[in-house]
Amino acid sequence: MSILKHHAKLETNVILLMVGILLTVIIGGLVEILPLFTINSTIEQVEGIRPYSPLEQYGRDIYVREGCYLCHSQMIRPFRDEVERYGHYSLAAESMYDHPFQWGSKRTGPDLARVGGKYTNDWHTRHLSNPRAVVPESVMPAYGYLHKVLSYDDIAARMKTLRVVGVPYTDDDIVNAKADLVAQTTEGPGTDALLQRYPKASLGKKDKTSEQVTEMDALVAYLQVLGTMVDFSTMKPEAIR
Amino acid sequence: MATNVEKDTVSGQYTTGHEWDGIKELNTPLPKWWVWVFLICIVWAIGYWIVYPSWPTLNGYWAGTFGWHSRSQLVLELDKAKAAKGVYLSKIQNASLDDIVKDKDLLNFALAGGASVFKDTCAACHGAGGAGAYGFPNLADDQWLWGGTLEEIKTTIAYGVRNANANSHQSEMPAFGGGDVLNDAQLSDLAEYVLSLSKSSKDAEAAARGKEIFSGNGCTACHGESGEGSQAVGAPALAAGAWLYKGKDQKAEIISQVKHPKHGNMPAWSERFDDVTIKQLAVYVHSLGGGK
Repeated sequence: MSILKHHAKLETNVILLMVGILLTVIIGGLVEILPLFTINSTIEQVEGIRPYSPLEQYGRDIYVREGCYLCHSQMIRPFRDEVERYGHYSLAAESMYDHPFQWGSKRTGPDLARVGGKYTNDWHTRHLSNPRAVVPESVMPAYGYLHKVLSYDDIAARMKTLRVVGVPYTDDDIVNAKADLVAQTTEGPGTDALLQRYPKASLGKKDKTSEQVTEMDALVAYLQVLGTMVDFSTMKPEAIR
Repeated sequence: MATNVEKDTVSGQYTTGHEWDGIKELNTPLPKWWVWVFLICIVWAIGYWIVYPSWPTLNGYWAGTFGWHSRSQLVLELDKAKAAKGVYLSKIQNASLDDIVKDKDLLNFALAGGASVFKDTCAACHGAGGAGAYGFPNLADDQWLWGGTLEEIKTTIAYGVRNANANSHQSEMPAFGGGDVLNDAQLSDLAEYVLSLSKSSKDAEAAARGKEIFSGNGCTACHGESGEGSQAVGAPALAAGAWLYKGKDQKAEIISQVKHPKHGNMPAWSERFDDVTIKQLAVYVHSLGGGK
């Protein structure tokens, strides 16, 4: 044990102590940072993940604005209880175009990572307008004011901003942003180009209270795509291990 | 370094050599047992690095000699849970719905499994007890839009209502509003007649006029001569008075529905759940009170 007694020398000599701390930080830093220079990505490659459509992206911005993440997480952890309730655990790739991600840390309400397709559009709009109308025991606030008309003039600018931080919107996507946004609230042949760019986008008018595109339309379109992009029936588990 | 280290006569320990206004500080070493536990923890950590995933490497990470992975761990746990339920699950897989209901053990298992899925998935619209809500059918009464036998319930759960699934129930009520089919006075009479079918009309004259409109516009084709409905096309039995769109002013609700019908949707759950789960759900919904 005599070697341990020498720590007094380190602790009482400022220069020695600084050198010691520096060495420790350098080693720790190298071990953590160096590998990131040699591997292409820390995110597994998964088929089907695409950037959000303009309407979904707007809905996402509303989701962030309203602070939904304070009560709803978007992160299904690889535990049996979570997988049995919410579905396949979340993959890093599924939030790779989220800026900022909405993983959250608190579940006052349920996890929303795979809420897409779980409920109907009609249910979502009514539930958001007044949660108690469909779920009497709910403690969620009412968001009736989302029926207001969406001002989406800046959607192209928002997409360009996201491109700066790495979301691969093409010039084509940005030129067609407004048209795509409106097209997603309709159904039929006019949506072919939209679906080409954004497969699996949830089509149709969600908010029946207004002819125009409302914030409700955007938010529900976003909720309906959550967790639906990856087809887990065809995905090979090795690819994500 | 302090130089005037001295031995304290009371405790038998050395001092640090510092002195403030006559107060000296003891330099009592850590207990030996504590130091040893600390050292053993360090050695333990090294063993941990080796057997479990730990250090990043230049082309990935050290996976550990145990090959442990949280995702493989999950697969193991899910398999284990499945194996524990396996006997029942495979029985449910192979049994017909009628057989499940007859076998008491199997029924209890299916009800428990169905209830847990129902509470997370179905209760949002149909209510925790299946009582439904405005526009979402009550599953606990004996009125069924698309049929209340075990098989019919299972079909509706599996394929849903008016969704993209090719097997979903698709039929929609046509709109009779907008002035070109029925005017407001006719709509009012018609609604009065529809109310009279469940004996809740207060205006017999209007109801009599409405009867003509009811049969003259083909309402009987789906809703039946006496409002008994048709489960083949999801047409509600109007005579039952179990309104899907129930309001304080029921007449206004009826007029609104005839004028611009609302068409409810339901997802196709076979796209999300396996057959065994859907069978359990069907048995559970059937048990809620109205199963035929």
